[in-house]
Amino acid sequence: MAGYILRRLLQAIPVLLGTTFLIYFMVFAMPGDPIVALFGDKTPPPSVIESLRERYHLDQPFIVQYFIFLGNIFRGDLGVSFSGQPVSEILMATFPVTLRLAAMAVFFEMVAGITIGLVSGLRKGGIFDASALVVSLILISLPIFVLAFVMQWFFGIYLGWFRTTVGPGAPTQDLILPAIVLATISFAQIVRLTRASVIETGGQDFVRTAASKGLSRNRIVPVHILRNSLIPVVTYLAVDFGTLMVGATVTEGIFNVPGVGRTLYQAIIRGEGPTVVSFVTIMVLIYLVVNLLVDLLYAVLDPRIRYAK
Amino acid sequence: MKIKRIGVAAIALAAAGALALSGCTSGGADPSAPAGDATAVITTNGSEPQNPLIPTNTNEVGGGKILDAIFAGLVYYDAKGAAHNDVAESIETDDAQNYTITLKADQTFSDGSPVTANSFVDAWNYGADTANEQLSQYFFESIEGFSYDESVPELPGLEVVDDTTFTVALKQPESDFPLRLGYSAFYPLPEGALDDPAAFGENPVGNGPYMLDGEGAWKHNEKIDLVINPDYDGPRKAVNGGLSIIFYASQDAAYADLQGGNLDVLDAIPDSALETFEDEFADRSVTQAAAIFQSFTIPARLPHFSGEEGNLRRQAISLAINREEITDVIFAGTRTPAHDFTSPVIDGYSEEIPGSEVLEYNPDEAKKLWAEADAIAPWDGTFKIAYNADGGHQAWVDAVSNGLKNTLGIDASGDPYPTFAEARTKITDRTIQTAFRSGWQADYPALFNFLGPLYGTGAGSNDGDYSNPEVDTLLKEGLAETDIAAANEKFQAAQEILFQDLPVVPLWYSTVNGAWSELVNDVEFGWNSVPLYYQITKSE
Amino acid sequence: MQSNTRPDQQHFVAPLDETPLVAIDSVKAEGKPSNLWTDAWNDVRKRPMFWISSVLILLVVVVALFPGWFTQTPPNNDCLLANSNGGPTDGHPLGFTKQGCDIYSRIIHGTSTSLAVGIIVTSLVAILGVVFGAFAGFYGGWLDAVLSRLGDIFFSIPYILAAVVIMSVLSGYRNVWVISLAIGLFAWPATARVLRAEILRVKNADFVMASTALGVSRFRILLRHVLPNSIAPVIVITTISLASAIVAEATLSFLGVGLPTNIMSWGNDISQAQTSLRTAPQTLILPSIALSVTVLSFIMLGEVVRDALDPKARAQR
Repeated sequence: MAGYILRRLLQAIPVLLGTTFLIYFMVFAMPGDPIVALFGDKTPPPSVIESLRERYHLDQPFIVQYFIFLGNIFRGDLGVSFSGQPVSEILMATFPVTLRLAAMAVFFEMVAGITIGLVSGLRKGGIFDASALVVSLILISLPIFVLAFVMQWFFGIYLGWFRTTVGPGAPTQDLILPAIVLATISFAQIVRLTRASVIETGGQDFVRTAASKGLSRNRIVPVHILRNSLIPVVTYLAVDFGTLMVGATVTEGIFNVPGVGRTLYQAIIRGEGPTVVSFVTIMVLIYLVVNLLVDLLYAVLDPRIRYAK
Repeated sequence: MKIKRIGVAAIALAAAGALALSGCTSGGADPSAPAGDATAVITTNGSEPQNPLIPTNTNEVGGGKILDAIFAGLVYYDAKGAAHNDVAESIETDDAQNYTITLKADQTFSDGSPVTANSFVDAWNYGADTANEQLSQYFFESIEGFSYDESVPELPGLEVVDDTTFTVALKQPESDFPLRLGYSAFYPLPEGALDDPAAFGENPVGNGPYMLDGEGAWKHNEKIDLVINPDYDGPRKAVNGGLSIIFYASQDAAYADLQGGNLDVLDAIPDSALETFEDEFADRSVTQAAAIFQSFTIPARLPHFSGEEGNLRRQAISLAINREEITDVIFAGTRTPAHDFTSPVIDGYSEEIPGSEVLEYNPDEAKKLWAEADAIAPWDGTFKIAYNADGGHQAWVDAVSNGLKNTLGIDASGDPYPTFAEARTKITDRTIQTAFRSGWQADYPALFNFLGPLYGTGAGSNDGDYSNPEVDTLLKEGLAETDIAAANEKFQAAQEILFQDLPVVPLWYSTVNGAWSELVNDVEFGWNSVPLYYQITKSE
Repeated sequence: MQSNTRPDQQHFVAPLDETPLVAIDSVKAEGKPSNLWTDAWNDVRKRPMFWISSVLILLVVVVALFPGWFTQTPPNNDCLLANSNGGPTDGHPLGFTKQGCDIYSRIIHGTSTSLAVGIIVTSLVAILGVVFGAFAGFYGGWLDAVLSRLGDIFFSIPYILAAVVIMSVLSGYRNVWVISLAIGLFAWPATARVLRAEILRVKNADFVMASTALGVSRFRILLRHVLPNSIAPVIVITTISLASAIVAEATLSFLGVGLPTNIMSWGNDISQAQTSLRTAPQTLILPSIALSVTVLSFIMLGEVVRDALDPKARAQR
């Protein structure tokens, strides 16, 4: 087991190199000159463009830029944004917020999605099952901005239960509403996955065996059915956690969350290579660790799965 | 030109905006009757500054709003855009080329250091020096000795006479120079500020009505807290207790906060609320003209758009656009159809310039002129208008395209570029092969600012490469004219020619749309679309 | 059936033909050899949900292929601002968009784009996801390491960045295929990971060991036994992601890297309608309903198929 974990951690190195290279290349390949854009609708004098390009190493060939960046990373220097703020500072300010937001969203998804999926699966074809399908379908076909807007208006302005946007310091209670909005995106997937998995597991021999042994329903459902149905659900939740770490641009914008999605989007649009790559690097690290944990969790959920070969 | 671009996926953003209004109180609140609590802090919307807070390196509204609050320049602008002395005691000239500027005595920065002639001259020299790569460098280009090509650490045109006096020599007579001096690029800096610009830009020390609430008052991506600067004793003395500027990535979020009672003053209404905000905030909202002119540019190098044929086509396109209907339907009346190339808030503005009929919707005339052009050379292809998709332009571009399709019977469509950088780069290197969105927000309230930088031969923002010697001459003469009325006559004459040539097709003027909470009073918006925060009172 | 016991034989358990097991274990020797797919077909065709969803999908496909059969109103011409956000009138049953275009006509003409993007993206994600997930999960070891880490790399690239780059580089070829590629190329790792997890579980099942013992080749085991038994979650995810793909196209249009504006799509209309959310919500709701109905029919079909492919669930009924 320890060997497996070590191997997985070592694999992070090529993944990091590959990702940073790819991202750096993409930022480089983005059409448009970020320096020209800094000046707005005014055309800057060529001499100034040149010296600014030099300052950000934009005059160098792509591969040189990449290695300069890589070299700086090893010295712990992630560079500065166009606004002169050290990228490391931006990371420290935004990641904890988004991390909390994503964790809360995944938590809501998990609780609501698994519960509803389980009941749907156990009572397949019933009224509850059909209503769950309809509700999750409505949620998935609503664009996120509509949902965010409606929730913000209803709970924030009409009922006044929550602050309309996230206040200074991003307190946890302000994050509840955006987390619920984010959770609804994948809610349908979790419900349907859990349901399908529960139905499948419910037909397995070991469940029938358990039932014929005379075990109570209260024991069969959590221990035999649910536990054995969780593998695809847990996998998907982990994937979703990764998505939420970057993908919350719209929701973070509507609720004014000072998080990763908003900042990363701005950096992409402005062509700030170092900022984008640093963000994505952290993302990959988080994602690798989460996936490793999930892989280890498989063995707990289903002892037949083993890694250390 | 201050840039205001906010882009967040799926959130449309209005272009910048706002401006001086007509009517309403005359400049400045009445200090004798403060209705509010002198310690109450006003919360308002803003956006994260894109550069360190150094006056000569800030060219976008997020940083500009903060700088205007914490610095005082030689002059300031009232709500109508008239310039009044702030730090200056007097600004004098005989020939519009050589100026003598005298400062009020005993002015200090918020750290106690004195505001002297050197505070201005050193700051300007820094901003003008090419070696310092300042984004607002071009503001100094008319000062004697200025160069884009080589580093000039000390401009020969700037001379310190004594602690409170300095002189400015320009390259040529420019009568609107004093008007420019209220722009943030011309603010003074305390001694030593430029030893470490990065550190200063993080915790700037100014001489304005407000100052930063201690070290680290700027919480990146969240907000900046400003408190009253007790040392400021100028005409913009604040009657509230401070300013908390919350940074928003989307105007929808800011609007929701105003509705939810978390925000006192909002100076930008999201597109989705343009039709409803005036009902929702009756008596607490404003829609007034802004110093922002919007258009699209048709470069002369495009096929079919030069010479006689090009003129006919430009006229036809302009006549085929129903500005009245588009501003009404797409912008819910929050844009005003253009009648010239400047803005109604600028002194000298006129709706009566000969030739401006070309901005009226006249489908029959448009068809006729288009047919005449077709007789010279038949039209083929699609008429495209390029725009940056991160700026909320799609709706009006589609509406204009549909109008051209319906009226002229040609194929027309928008041509979106994903980022401002890409669109801007193609425009700058002249590789763009379509018409493109253009616009101008005034740096300072003068007609010339809307004309010279855009239509003078070889001017910095003349992206369509328009060139007409007659226009050049009129602009130059107008600039040298010391009498404002006489100067404006020249500028209007230049516009007459522009109406014939139509280097850009004028569309409309932006308005500033704002709303505020029940807690605040005396909210008035300045000519540059920013609320005059210092005169707002708040009761708690 | 004749008893096959000799008269003198002693029985300690009930004769085979007296137990229910005989029904389960009997082999219909006269019938065609059954396999998973024919069994599944025989099952689904008896179910009304299958027919309802099939008819709906067929309808959507016909609309996509022959929009002219359903409306004569051009979707992109004759848009008059005078009609902006207007309600239904004669010949315009659903009213008008903000730009004054006919909503019904735009929905009809947008069907082919949205459906094509949805199906191409979903297929791409399913194919890449199944190939990567199946090999990684089944063979494990270094192949798993390589394929899974490759998935991690693709997954961690912000798709806005990827889409902007792909669509800008290929700006001369902005069509349904390119945009589907831009969306699908970075969406498959989720499917791959879920399938991999399911395969990790299934590959230890008794029937796999039995096949191995019988000397069936590894690849054949994967194809014939493991994959069909682990495909259920993939079906669930892909049918739902059809909706996400159609919506993603809208997001890209909004960012200026979508399809040219003369190509109609539901997503495009939905994203353009957002500024009318407060004043004319129908401009947003109507294309959303078209999207929902399409997705619902695919989810229903996926549900029937998933059910049919699960022999145990079938046996329960």
